Amino acid sequence: MRFRKLATLALTGAVIAPLLAACGSSGDSKNEIKIAYQRSTDNNSRIMDNFLAGVKKQFEKANPGKKVNLIPIQATENDYYTKLDLMMKSPRTAPDLAYEDTFLINSDIKAGFLRPLDANVKSWDQWSQFQDTAKASVTGLDGKVYGVPDGTDTRGIWYDKRVFAKAGLPTNWEPKSWNDLLAAARQIKKKAPGVIPMSIYTGKASGEASSMQGFEMLLYGTNDQLYNDQQKKWVVGSKGFQDSMNFLKTVYSTGLGPKPSQALDANISTNINTDWFPNQKIGFSIDGSWTANNWISTGPKPWKDWTKNIGWTAMPTQNGQAPGKTSMSGGWSWAITKNAKNPTLAWKFITAMQTEKNAVSYDNASQNIAVRKDVAADAKYQNSSPTVKFFTDLVADTHYRPAYAEYPKVSTVIQEQMEAVTTGSSSPAKASADYDKAVADIVGNNTTKDSGPAK
Amino acid sequence: MTASATAERTPAAPETSGAARGTMRGRTIVRGLPLLPAVVLLLIFLAGPIIYCIYYAFTDMQLTGATTTNFVGLANFRKAFGDDQFYNAILQTLIFTVLSAIVGQNLLGLAIALLFRLATKVLRSIVGALVIAAWVVPEIVAGYLMYAFFRDEGSLNEILKFLHLPQQNWLYTLPILAVSLANVWRGTAFSMLVYSAALAEVPAELTEAAAMDGAGVWQRFWHVTLPTIRRSVATNLMLITLQTLSVFGLIFAMTKGGPSNKSTTLPIYTYQTALQNYEIGYGTAMALVLLVIGALFSLVYLRALRPEAD
Repeated sequence: MRFRKLATLALTGAVIAPLLAACGSSGDSKNEIKIAYQRSTDNNSRIMDNFLAGVKKQFEKANPGKKVNLIPIQATENDYYTKLDLMMKSPRTAPDLAYEDTFLINSDIKAGFLRPLDANVKSWDQWSQFQDTAKASVTGLDGKVYGVPDGTDTRGIWYDKRVFAKAGLPTNWEPKSWNDLLAAARQIKKKAPGVIPMSIYTGKASGEASSMQGFEMLLYGTNDQLYNDQQKKWVVGSKGFQDSMNFLKTVYSTGLGPKPSQALDANISTNINTDWFPNQKIGFSIDGSWTANNWISTGPKPWKDWTKNIGWTAMPTQNGQAPGKTSMSGGWSWAITKNAKNPTLAWKFITAMQTEKNAVSYDNASQNIAVRKDVAADAKYQNSSPTVKFFTDLVADTHYRPAYAEYPKVSTVIQEQMEAVTTGSSSPAKASADYDKAVADIVGNNTTKDSGPAK
Repeated sequence: MTASATAERTPAAPETSGAARGTMRGRTIVRGLPLLPAVVLLLIFLAGPIIYCIYYAFTDMQLTGATTTNFVGLANFRKAFGDDQFYNAILQTLIFTVLSAIVGQNLLGLAIALLFRLATKVLRSIVGALVIAAWVVPEIVAGYLMYAFFRDEGSLNEILKFLHLPQQNWLYTLPILAVSLANVWRGTAFSMLVYSAALAEVPAELTEAAAMDGAGVWQRFWHVTLPTIRRSVATNLMLITLQTLSVFGLIFAMTKGGPSNKSTTLPIYTYQTALQNYEIGYGTAMALVLLVIGALFSLVYLRALRPEAD
């Protein structure tokens, strides 16, 4: 009987041991780098995958014996950040290289996930090619560089020339102020019934698109901002904030935008770009530089004539004050994690990715806005799409989000208050007051009444 | 219940010698040994995360933005119970559970199971297949199907338009009702199967005898059928309540908890807090509250499961 007991125990051990061992296996780590990146949830879109596979091939050929292990994470943006942070949290699962949205970079630095790259970039002959705004977007609060940016995006207004012609509006439209936007929307409403005059993202369902393409495109065109860089404090009680909320109220309470139920539908962005625009159901929409990706031959809604029918223009400042237009930018970067097993090899891979040739081919394929001066001046890049020059020029007047650990929470509060104003359950004044209170809760007493100088 | 039953039986059990008892105990252990891997795996993968979750709930752990994790005692719970959105989430969870599980799935499942006994075999197969098809569809797929059905320009409104009935904007005006109906659609099969099995066990003599005594359909159902299947009712209620409390994919796909948090149940709010606002500690504290709500429901049902005192 004792023998049987022992045998069973041994068997148990035999079952469990490999299970536990499997959890900890990491393979040959000395000659291998692991690279984590986001794979699009759209199975037709494999831009980053193809790009990385190409560089991997070059790299493994140039460095015999070294292996590049690509780890695609197929997820939406928010879920990708979550998964990546979970991976970086544990030394066992941390990749060597991580593809990071620059707005989370300070948050991840504070969490101790990333390692500074100052020594690397100092001795790198390509670093001088990067624009200063892009360098700033990967620089932490401690002044150190934590990533190499590979592109950015800007935002503007897309409008349907057919609808504009029908409404008697100019088809080479250049709005100069918020009032111009509202006036155009009113005219569309009057002259082109059945068409949704305009769209500006709002509410929680659209997530960060509401905060960035929606609210911040308004706010950063006023004299106020979310954050005061000099005082290192969050701005509350600003006139610009309330004015922006007022603009939303005007749009949604007077029928100049989609119905609130449409605006708060999580799929509104798909509806606008693959249904409303191609079918002349909308006048204009404030959206990102990548919007035309929907209509190119490899996009979800190929549309041969889109360049004939769709125009693009800059978002004006509130009253046309200097510099006359405004934009918001995000962007991604390659960062080496704190728990990287092979930081040296990882850096080598970054430099292999960021040759001018590779950077041009990636920016072209992804319709990214270049952050390298040589790429921006490259004819191949400039001719890659009819919109690329326009949106690259917006970089001069663009703004970056306050990339601090608290931003994701502040952003959620903005979305909530936008939603309250959109549905009419709150007034712009109350929404502003509620925002002030929520922000104070999030950042402690780190708030100020003074807005920093615009830009 | 087991304790009292054993206590009654023990005096009647034959005397066993100490040595024999020892052997028996040894044999029980050996017989139990093959279960050991299962128990160990359960401890690692089930109890482990729960214990971790309980620990996190008392810390200020964040997914990013902080290097250290500190023990903060009851701070997360104090924060939760001072948070209007948390109360809203509990309220929405209760509405969702009562509407979709306790009333919807349960009653509809029972009704279908009862009607099945009267229906022809062909009809039974067709309806059964339809109901079960809804059940085997993965939750997230069901979510998108129901989104397409309830949305503004969705199938439901097309049907209403065709019938010249007023159209409704379900996902916007009454999102919690829409997701509840979706969950009824998805989950009724389970209750139907449980009740079909239970009704098959009701002795025919009992109902016949009651009919002989002049009891009508309702009286027979109320006084004969229902008391006989009482335990199945309680088991079913417990299972579907626990399933429904944790529904996430369905609601997330249909409404993401909106608009204006009108369909934000506790699992959705926990997700938003822990994984979108990166407050793991606070999020797990909420998950723990959900666990307690589930336990409370279970207690009520377990009481109902106890044998009657007669």
